[in-house]
Amino acid sequence: MSNVSLDAHDSSKTENQPASSNRRRFLTVATSVVGGIGVVGAAVPFIASWNPSIKAKAAGADVEADISKIQPGQLIRVIWRSQPVWIARRTPELLASLSGFEDQLKDPNSDEEQQPAFAKNQYRSIKEEFLVLVGICTHLGCSPQHLKDGAFEEYVEGAPEGFFCPCHGSKFDMAGRVFQNVPAGLNLVVPPHMYIDDNTILIGSEEGAA
Amino acid sequence: MLKNLMDWVEYRLPIMRVANQHAIQYPAPRNMNVWYMFGFLATIVLVNQIVTGIWLTMSYTPTAEEAFASVEYIMRDVEYGYILRYMHSTGASAFFIVIYLHMFRGMIYGSYQKPRELLWLFGMFIYLALMAEAFMGYVLPWGQMSYWGAQVIVSLFSAIPVIGPDLVIWIQGDYVISGATLNRFFALHVIALPLVIVILVFLHIVALHEVGSNNPDGTDVKRKKGSLSEDEKTKYKIHEYYTSKYDIIDDIVPFFPHIVLKDLVGFCIFLLGFCYIMFFVPEMGGYFLEAPNFEIANPLKTPEHIFPVWYFTPFYAILKAVPHKLGGVIAMFSAIICLALLPWVDRGKVKSWRYRCGLHTWNLLTFAAVFIFLGYLGGTPQEAWKITASQIATIMYFGFFVLLFIYSKNERTIPVPARITE
Repeated sequence: MSNVSLDAHDSSKTENQPASSNRRRFLTVATSVVGGIGVVGAAVPFIASWNPSIKAKAAGADVEADISKIQPGQLIRVIWRSQPVWIARRTPELLASLSGFEDQLKDPNSDEEQQPAFAKNQYRSIKEEFLVLVGICTHLGCSPQHLKDGAFEEYVEGAPEGFFCPCHGSKFDMAGRVFQNVPAGLNLVVPPHMYIDDNTILIGSEEGAA
Repeated sequence: MLKNLMDWVEYRLPIMRVANQHAIQYPAPRNMNVWYMFGFLATIVLVNQIVTGIWLTMSYTPTAEEAFASVEYIMRDVEYGYILRYMHSTGASAFFIVIYLHMFRGMIYGSYQKPRELLWLFGMFIYLALMAEAFMGYVLPWGQMSYWGAQVIVSLFSAIPVIGPDLVIWIQGDYVISGATLNRFFALHVIALPLVIVILVFLHIVALHEVGSNNPDGTDVKRKKGSLSEDEKTKYKIHEYYTSKYDIIDDIVPFFPHIVLKDLVGFCIFLLGFCYIMFFVPEMGGYFLEAPNFEIANPLKTPEHIFPVWYFTPFYAILKAVPHKLGGVIAMFSAIICLALLPWVDRGKVKSWRYRCGLHTWNLLTFAAVFIFLGYLGGTPQEAWKITASQIATIMYFGFFVLLFIYSKNERTIPVPARITE
């Protein structure tokens, strides 16, 4: 490009060449910058249109669940963002058993960020009684089975109830905490949720957050 | 380091050689005026159509049941979806504005004449492909105009003797325009025709660069090897591909940066108009997006006034002017074929209207006026006087070619200057 000599055959213009070369550089840079801003601006719709649409956002909105009819020991499933969300009502005996096999768990104290801050406790819940979990295995995304009435003892001695993933055999206790020596590495996810009143849970938002 | 890398690549892929041959060291006549920016603009619009088209495909559903709703989904629910769609719909009309001006440029400066016949033909093929592309694209929203437009255009084929009716069913893939039709039009619109257009544009540019650009004077800037003195030859560095075959006269500038920068100025002005329409009047008063198309397709009810989008209306007027089904279809297609045959209809040796007879200038301007008038007739509601008017205008349309054929044989021309004048 250096061999393109502008104004090469026009001697009348060569006189003001030194003055105009600065102007030319300024104009080139200014034009490129303005053009660059234009390109960035034009890219915005293309990039932003990949975000979830209003329809997807509506489909992924918060879900209310009525918990007044859940019996102790029962588990109900709610759909939130096309995922199963479990709401389990744990019996006092079950809650008491949770500390019985903590030495067999990978993360008994919920140190990994798999739950909102309010659920970083032994029960991984707001109210001890009610457990709210996203029913998706943290290994490869299958939905584990809820095994109760001693059916879980087959996999973990001394644990009458728990979650067992049929895909690759990952095991979780009734607080969604993962056992050792299974492929899943993390506890089950506790979704953001809050109590609207004593009988209703809102899944998707937590108290205090907008 | 960078130099080594570039050399390594260049040895295996001729990037710089192509850039030099086709841009940095490509000789462009220095008098290329404002008429010469429309090819560049057409390329930009093509890129716009492809990119926004890809994005629209991400949210569009090509079924009769969901197409209309999916367009509304794009307009209302997809973030910035309305901008993407209006970029595409405004781009379609902009494409034809730019292409019509590009074609008229070729006509006034005789750019179709020898040796640019094939270049012109490739251009006409692009134009044809573009019309098919635009037509099928207009069907996709599955509104009232989509449906009935498709109905009318596909029915044109039924005018073909013997095979006509069966051909229509074959094109539709059904006994009526239906979801099957929509689905195949979608496939053609997003894959087949864009591929054809891109390949044709490539051939168009290759053919252009082989014969070289014409200019408003029609004076050839490539002279016989050895016919020019050193003083008369250009001082710019021109690729040896050209200089080894010709002497390049001192009336050219390298395409890059000179012509590209000029085109970019034109592009900025174009963009102002484009963005104004896109943001503020995307329907352009019903000319770019017709009102009946905001209603879902209804096979039981034809809209009260039905016309194609503005860029088809001149040909639509010709179709309507002929009171015979097959005759109308033939007249309409002949109108396009006549344009394609211009290099052979025009028997003149002088290219630019600057140096041709006064009749030629008059003929060209009348042709342009008749074309616009036909567009008006084809794009407004039926009235009695318009039938006669469109018949006269149709005769005048073809009259252009007949007259040109006659007077160009022994035309009184002005001597073309040996050097570019401005």
